[in-house]
Amino acid sequence: MFAFLVRRISQAVFVMLVISLLGFSIRHQIGDPVRDLVGVSVSVAEREALRDELGLNDPFHVQYLRFLKGLLKGDLGQSFFFKKPALDVILAKMPATLELVFCAGVIIVVFSVPLGMYAAIRPKSFFSRLIMGGSIVGVSIPVFLTAILLIYLFSVILGWLPSYGRGELVMVGGWQTGMLTADGWLHLILPSIALSSIMLPLFIRLIRSEMMEVLETEYIRFAHAKGLSKVRVWLVHGFRNTLLPVITVGGVQIGTMIAFTILTETVFQWHGMGFMFLEAVQRADTSLLVAYLMVVGFLFVVVNTLVDILYGIVNPKVRVSGRQ
Amino acid sequence: MTRWQAFKDSYFLYSFKRDKVAVTSFVIFLLLLVMAFSAPWTAPHNPYDTATIDIMDSNLPPAWMDEGETRFVLGTDIQGRDLLSTMMYGMRVSILIGLGAVILQAVLGIFIGLVAGYAGGRVDAFLMRLADVQLSFSTLMVAIFISAIFQTAFGAGRYEQMAVPILILVIGLAEWPQYARTVRASVLGEKGKEYVEAARVIGLPSMRIMFRHILPNTLSPVLVISTVQVANAVMSEAALSFLGLGMPVTRPSLGSLINSGFEYIFSGSWWITLFPGFLLVLLVLVINLLGDWLRDVLNPKLYKG
Amino acid sequence: MNHLLEIRDLEVRFALRSGDLTAIDRIGFTLEKGERMGLVGESGAGKSVTGFSILNLISKPGYIAGGSIFFRGKDLAALSPEEMRSVRGNRISMIFQDPMMTLNPVMTIGDQMTESLMAHRKISRASAEALAVEKLQAVHIPSPEARLRQYPHEFSGGMRQRIVIAIALLTDPDLIIADEPTTALDVTIQAEIMDLLLELCTLKDMAMILITHDLGVVSQVTEKIAVMYAGKIVETGSTENIVARPQHPYTQGLIRALPGSREPGSRLYQIPGSMPNLSAIPKGCAFHPRCERAEEVCRREVPELLKRGTFQRLVACHLVGV
Repeated sequence: MFAFLVRRISQAVFVMLVISLLGFSIRHQIGDPVRDLVGVSVSVAEREALRDELGLNDPFHVQYLRFLKGLLKGDLGQSFFFKKPALDVILAKMPATLELVFCAGVIIVVFSVPLGMYAAIRPKSFFSRLIMGGSIVGVSIPVFLTAILLIYLFSVILGWLPSYGRGELVMVGGWQTGMLTADGWLHLILPSIALSSIMLPLFIRLIRSEMMEVLETEYIRFAHAKGLSKVRVWLVHGFRNTLLPVITVGGVQIGTMIAFTILTETVFQWHGMGFMFLEAVQRADTSLLVAYLMVVGFLFVVVNTLVDILYGIVNPKVRVSGRQ
Repeated sequence: MTRWQAFKDSYFLYSFKRDKVAVTSFVIFLLLLVMAFSAPWTAPHNPYDTATIDIMDSNLPPAWMDEGETRFVLGTDIQGRDLLSTMMYGMRVSILIGLGAVILQAVLGIFIGLVAGYAGGRVDAFLMRLADVQLSFSTLMVAIFISAIFQTAFGAGRYEQMAVPILILVIGLAEWPQYARTVRASVLGEKGKEYVEAARVIGLPSMRIMFRHILPNTLSPVLVISTVQVANAVMSEAALSFLGLGMPVTRPSLGSLINSGFEYIFSGSWWITLFPGFLLVLLVLVINLLGDWLRDVLNPKLYKG
Repeated sequence: MNHLLEIRDLEVRFALRSGDLTAIDRIGFTLEKGERMGLVGESGAGKSVTGFSILNLISKPGYIAGGSIFFRGKDLAALSPEEMRSVRGNRISMIFQDPMMTLNPVMTIGDQMTESLMAHRKISRASAEALAVEKLQAVHIPSPEARLRQYPHEFSGGMRQRIVIAIALLTDPDLIIADEPTTALDVTIQAEIMDLLLELCTLKDMAMILITHDLGVVSQVTEKIAVMYAGKIVETGSTENIVARPQHPYTQGLIRALPGSREPGSRLYQIPGSMPNLSAIPKGCAFHPRCERAEEVCRREVPELLKRGTFQRLVACHLVGV
């Protein structure tokens, strides 16, 4: 297990290095730190002096090393628009996104596990066909369209739920949360359904196909031959073996969720990282873009590493002997 | 027996004809293709021709509603363009970008997958690690990022002019790992087989072994993922356009049409968003259904139950 | 009717889109307490299906189409699913072919043993574990207490099959159905496992149905044999008699194909052709296309399983006189 951990973490560090190199190249090529600092109304000579002073005329690798040092200290550059350190801007927006992803994740797990398992156990029943038919329609509707349809139905026509924003927020520590007020929860409903809408069918299909494969195995047959109850065979023997591939794929899908927050947050005017990212693109705020890449990259790497470790815990082959 | 006859008698066609969903999907897909690519001749209006567009016609509801006009069956958008015609042209853009992107990613992915699988060792480890990292970042994220950088680098104006090739490039670059993985997996399966050994023993060059001997055997999984990938590419294009990182409103794809109508949904103009939205879902859905059917037929071991 | 197991006219079919296929065609046999029987034939003969149908565990689309399976006087085919469950793994246990695939890879051996006990008896976890240890000792697994905490991948194939046998023994069943229990194992280990099974059966006076394609193994372990071909029993009788004086040409072929029965240095005998597909069973005697002595009647009529020949043994062959 220890060797496994060391290997996974060193891989994660390597991936972070690659991402940082990418981010730095982007900033190096298209960013303009001088503009970020002093704006556009400064003379050419002054700018040149400032460039020298900031070390922007140094060789690439020297600048990259400086960039890396900055990263380790949490310095991701200055946002041109906000006139603040980019990391502070992002961290202020992060709670909104994380709460959204969390709620969507809960919806996905709560619905995909029973539905996927049912569709695997009774593949020919009417309800299973309904689940599978619904899931293929589900994957075919883009997230932003689901979001728009939800708004149109529940906000415009029925007027039940708010259509944009996070509602009433409470500050807890440095975390601005909407999960402590009724109004905040009401605002969370539509965005989290929209965000879960594309992943949910994928997970149902994934769980179903993995579970069906597991149910065909000899050890499931043997479990039946031992006289265990069907429920025990499905839940204890079937589902635990289904979990392994689901965790692996699920980890990758968490990355996709973050990409889809950009779409969901745009539709719902949800002031999280994704919304901020799109604004940064429109404002050509390169430093903020690169900082977003770093933070999201970091999140992905952390999540993926955690998922791998979780996989190791569920899979005794990895846990006990460190093999994979 | 001619090839046509062989095809007519094949299991492939037989199972196709038996599957009502597949047949229906295929018919709808063909209809949509015809609709999209015959747009310059069959669409009632030309949305690209600014001379024929009258701003007085803007925001008209579909013909069957009170304020609708029979000239505009599905109503007009905010600039006064006939919605049906704009959708037909928009679908053409969406399909073109989707197909272009899939061709690009297939070429990239198949080549990388072949090389990785055939070469093995460090080359393989490096390429697959790259594919893993990119996949874990999610293809949509990568596509959004590349296009965001392109837009910042080129400026919005030039980006819009080159939107079609840029989108093809962006989606193609973002999605190649799917192909690379699939091809690599089947190459590894084929590599150990005797005919490859034999080809190597008689001294055929690696390139020839790879392309003439191994590649043809990887085609059926490639075909299966290709259908799904076309659907994905169309969805990605729509997402990028919706975010304002894709096609401009003057030459809209389905995604940018949905985007342009979104803010008017609150004032009751639902048709500008919902009609293109429905068309997009229909297009993606039939491709997905065809992909599902294809996977069942070509890869029956997936459905043993 | 004091047989432990009595199967009458059992018929198993597979429901396919193109129509039903008959996998088991009205077979019957009996088994007494403590008796060991071999079910022999090539793959595809329906041996495993017979084994699974006793526990009503045929995988879909197979189903029992007719006949009865009396076990201790009760018809298993007529039991409710819940009653059937209480027989499985309790009074009748099963051992599968490939021990690498039979054990759940993500559960400890201990969990897989105790859950079986706890499914059939009101028993605490601690006493279930104590019993599990006892059974692991019975199958000669060293330091069983520590082994309970381990996962299947930490054991070799032979060890795993011992564990599977221990699981089958947990409830002291009346009957064990062993489906090719040694086929997936190394030759050296095969003999050990067979010896172990034989030892345990005699010790506990347990009946066993040994399903195998290997007549050699059967002849060492069992008291009687039923030879199956294309879903039918073609010859049955005491092991000793059948091995010494096979009547049916198919049985004769199987015995001639044994490595021990040839002259050193000569070629191994092989029955020509192969087992017919279930969807294309030949008319008449199913074996006739492969039979060297086939006559006109064999192509026309299905031979019945009757007492035939000088030994008055049950044989289904026109060439052996009634």
